[in-house]
Amino acid sequence: MSSITVSPSTGVLGRFGQYGGRYIPESLIPACQAVAEAFAEAWADPGFRGSLSALLSAYAGRPTPLTPALRLSAELGVTVLLKREDLTHTGSHKINNVLGQALLARRMGRTRLIAETGAGMHGVATATAGALLGLPVKVFMGERDVERQAHNVFRMRLLGAEVIPVTTGSRTLKDATSEAMRHWVTDTDEAYYCVGSVIGPHPYPTMVREFQRVIGDEARRQCAAELASAVPDYVVACVGGGSNAAGTFAGFVDTSARLIGVEAEGGSGASHGALGVLHGFQSLFLQDEHGQIQEAHSIAAGLDYPGVGPEHAYLRDLGRARYVTVSDSEAIAAAVRMARAEGILPAIESAHALAWVARAAGTPDLPSGSTVLVTLSGRGDKDITTLIAEADL
Amino acid sequence: MTKLLMPYITGGVVAGWTAYLRAFEDAGADLIEVGLPFSDPTVDGPTIQEASDAALARGATPGSILAEVAADPVTIPLVASTYANLALRPGFGDALTAAGVTGLIVPDLPLDELDQLQVPGIAVSLLASPATPDDRLAEIGKRSQGFVYAVSVMGITGERDRLAPSAATLATRLKQITDLPILIGFGISSPEQAAEAAEVADGVIVGAAVMRRILDGASPATLGAFVGTLRAALDVR
Repeated sequence: MSSITVSPSTGVLGRFGQYGGRYIPESLIPACQAVAEAFAEAWADPGFRGSLSALLSAYAGRPTPLTPALRLSAELGVTVLLKREDLTHTGSHKINNVLGQALLARRMGRTRLIAETGAGMHGVATATAGALLGLPVKVFMGERDVERQAHNVFRMRLLGAEVIPVTTGSRTLKDATSEAMRHWVTDTDEAYYCVGSVIGPHPYPTMVREFQRVIGDEARRQCAAELASAVPDYVVACVGGGSNAAGTFAGFVDTSARLIGVEAEGGSGASHGALGVLHGFQSLFLQDEHGQIQEAHSIAAGLDYPGVGPEHAYLRDLGRARYVTVSDSEAIAAAVRMARAEGILPAIESAHALAWVARAAGTPDLPSGSTVLVTLSGRGDKDITTLIAEADL
Repeated sequence: MTKLLMPYITGGVVAGWTAYLRAFEDAGADLIEVGLPFSDPTVDGPTIQEASDAALARGATPGSILAEVAADPVTIPLVASTYANLALRPGFGDALTAAGVTGLIVPDLPLDELDQLQVPGIAVSLLASPATPDDRLAEIGKRSQGFVYAVSVMGITGERDRLAPSAATLATRLKQITDLPILIGFGISSPEQAAEAAEVADGVIVGAAVMRRILDGASPATLGAFVGTLRAALDVR
């Protein structure tokens, strides 16, 4: 188990075992190759890494704290440590990736950013980076998500971004992603497609993981300082496409920690998906017996995606990470519980990870006395409307 | 040399859709592209996306569409087109062969991933794009079968007011690297555009312009007449 490493290089086609690859129209091949080459060059350039680190600390608020959840730990009988991505600028881990990609876009001479968003946090982060670096931003967002994430839509517009509601299909993240790809192909010379998760054609899954591994690397150092065992017994993160989990896992994949990815019951690509191809990559997708992609349904817009990043599918096959599901109501209950026990309102996405910890604590899945690192991928302010409707207070 | 005309239809888009295949054949089409609809057609514009949604809403599946094709055959070659998620499923090639389909286009399965596609006996035509560099274009010419699909413009499928200048440039580049027929598609909407494209290419593929008419309720006879105008424009030259 400890011999597995997650290399920054996944080969020309960006394969994680049978997953990953580059399944895109011929017109997008040169654009993807350009991103891959530019990323490899930038990531090897201390100047680029230095600029990104400086932005992450001076602008995004890194490092984020590791907060022991004392009251929750006492309630559950396990030691819970929270990696606080909710405390970053813009309120979620999305900013880590976006600052990296926006710097890359500028280095490539691109003059516009395109993004897709579900919960809106990636859209807000992209709009923020666009404002910071002077790059106009176009955000594609499913019409349903536009309705349920009205505050984030307004935030994006406030930041100067153009939000384009997508009315096709399920009108959620899946369709926003399709529309962003359709738009990108018309404007590859000027526009940079800033993908929001560890999905999409190579190099995006690898690149986004590398931009997010700051979460896992920091948490590893912080756990070493906090825990007698240095490494937690369990590392838990929510998984939609899976970027916060990929970044967190990257810091622990070579340790003895058990990695747990928590999916929404209605968006459980890693748990219940079948091998397929969508949005430029091969992975596990919810689909019917004829190969049509099924719509995901989650109360958390950020988890409302029918597939999972290719590296997660691979980690699952290897047995290195385990993927579990949590229901909408369990996630809501976990969000409320966290707010009351710790004074922290997590994003409903992150509450899925907490919900699994609450459910599993004291069982063979998560024995009493274990130490558990949970990534709080974002804060719950954006979910107030949903909580008003769903939480029984 | 006669210029080739390949109209497109989304399989299962309306009840009795195979009547359009016969109308296309009678109107002088050389081949017909039959789309097997996919839930998330990222390479297609609004018209073909709407047609795909309509077909799926009617319960069309690759199996049902191919069964309808087999039950109501035409004599000109049929080329299936669909997305990688459907084309990479086990048994897909056998299903095409059983239905009498002899060609295949998978727009989101580029050269690099082609080895995964197992469809023996089916001619797989690759797409070439205005952005494709020369060395890659040569490889596409080598590995394409039947014809090369020249994508006229950096964009998605759909009707356009005029033929993009990139179409002729790409067709000219392709003619230098392969002896396969070069068919231009994406945006060919009128007989005039078809004729213009065929000045450099060996033929045209007409999709959205056909599908918009079908979605608007046009009969097979009306579509046959439209395909006839494309045929005439290509033959006048």
